[in-house]
Amino acid sequence: MPSLAGLFFWMNRKIENINKITVTKPLKLDCGKTIKDFPLAYETYGVLNQNKDNAILVFHALTGDQFVAGTNPVTNKDGWWVTAVGPGKAIDTNKYFVICANVIGGCMGSLGPSDINKETDQPYGLDFPVITIKDIVRAQESLLDHLGIKKLLCATGGSMGGMQLLQFCATFPEKTFSAVPIACSSSHSAQNIALNELARQAIMADPVWDNGKYFLKNTQPKNGLAVARMVGHISYLSEQGMQEKFGRKLQEKADYEFSFNADFQVESYLRHQGSSFVERFDANSVLYITRAMDYFDLSKQYKGGLVEAFKNQSTKFLVISFSSDWLYTTKENKDIVIALNASGVDVSYSEIETDKGHDSFLLNEPEFLKTLKGFIDSMYEKFKK
Amino acid sequence: MKKEFKVIADLLPNNTRVLDVGCGDGSLMNFLVKEKNIETRGLELDQNNVQECIYKGLTVIQGNAETELYQFPDQSFDYVVLSQTLQAFYKPDKVLNELLRIGRSVVVSIPNFGYWKVRTSLLFFGKMPVTKTLPNTWFNTPNLHMCTIKDLYNYCEDQNINIKKVIGVNENNTSLIKRSNLEIKNLFSKLGIFLIG
Repeated sequence: MPSLAGLFFWMNRKIENINKITVTKPLKLDCGKTIKDFPLAYETYGVLNQNKDNAILVFHALTGDQFVAGTNPVTNKDGWWVTAVGPGKAIDTNKYFVICANVIGGCMGSLGPSDINKETDQPYGLDFPVITIKDIVRAQESLLDHLGIKKLLCATGGSMGGMQLLQFCATFPEKTFSAVPIACSSSHSAQNIALNELARQAIMADPVWDNGKYFLKNTQPKNGLAVARMVGHISYLSEQGMQEKFGRKLQEKADYEFSFNADFQVESYLRHQGSSFVERFDANSVLYITRAMDYFDLSKQYKGGLVEAFKNQSTKFLVISFSSDWLYTTKENKDIVIALNASGVDVSYSEIETDKGHDSFLLNEPEFLKTLKGFIDSMYEKFKK
Repeated sequence: MKKEFKVIADLLPNNTRVLDVGCGDGSLMNFLVKEKNIETRGLELDQNNVQECIYKGLTVIQGNAETELYQFPDQSFDYVVLSQTLQAFYKPDKVLNELLRIGRSVVVSIPNFGYWKVRTSLLFFGKMPVTKTLPNTWFNTPNLHMCTIKDLYNYCEDQNINIKKVIGVNENNTSLIKRSNLEIKNLFSKLGIFLIG
């Protein structure tokens, strides 16, 4: 049978020119299964200097990918973190070498449920093993070897990216000089598991999903996936931010239509976010990645809890939270700070005042970007000595 | 660096670990790191000050000393410094206990409400004092629990807190304060710096 993945309508993307390595080292996953010889897609920005001391690793969030800055060559849209990464930006690519890998389980070139299972010659679908944040992080280790980087100047990430970062620091305590976890948590809260479950149920309730086998019909459960994305987008905003942005404003109309069309701007916004998402993301990937987030509980991995997880850590941390973020609250971020402090780790913390909610880390939030820049630049001065 | 910080810095031995509570823009910490090889951590409420500290490469946690000192483990610092903030807390006695829990020694400085200019302002003019060390008026002062050097001295004795050294600070000079000269120093010192614990 020819490669079915090639038939995938959302795979009709310019995905062939993506940078990839093949990870040959077998990776035993937390679920017990082993993967090997798997693709790991990545992108880099800027130039690695001769001393190899200017490398910054970025971990992407749930629906992100390796295209942090510039233009995403697949979607032709801005990279997901152009506000922070690029020439002259807070993470200045004229000065630093920025690396980001697509998570396994994802759909931008790294091994994921839409890839061909060599055993069946069909896309994995639900035969893809259930992965964890730890698996995701361990899969990325060989990329640093491939790029010849012994120790990173800094590693950073927001949301699920921050969770990967905490795992990375706990699992590889010597790999980075400094770390900036942003708007994240050391264990997924009940509320966040609930929201992820809502997203998954939306996908699975779509009859097109067909137990994850939609690829056989060369389609994708668009309706369910779009609803899943809408749930996400609501959780990324704050009540106040949403009220200010949309209020009760109507979408290009003078009065109610007395129908179920998108009368309100906020409805139109959510529908747009939902429909554009299905063009670039695989529904099964959402299931797998949200599951990995839900299983994340760093303290459970260590007998002594979080304090033990961060023991022997010489990495210098800056934890950042946003005051109106109700998805990964200031309290959850502070708990990380407290654990780091209790482990005697060098940790700074800043709570950025904003009404933009969880999304803040992706937006042009001047105070946030200034703090990020100040930290990374001062760390570079210390690291290069 | 202001005179008060110089006096505080002199109290802190080289190569120690210091927590600066209410560290402001980090100027004291910066001095301690560079000149005395002291490992510092700061706690600061104001976001701009936190940013300043981070720019200087200093380790700082944004937070409120009144409610967030619990995050620092027992006896995890050689010294804890609190500069001219004790009087601004809702419960200064609890904060002081927390500082003594976290640090093996504690340096606390207070604007002295027993200073003669403060006393005369109230005595002769019947007005709440406004001085260089107490620049605010009654309605906008952050100071909730003003005290004198004598008050804090007595408090430490009552609470069995070991007083290691007390220094009175004025514009031009500093002087050691003991039980024997407490009355006079309490009248003529603008600022009191206590090393306790």
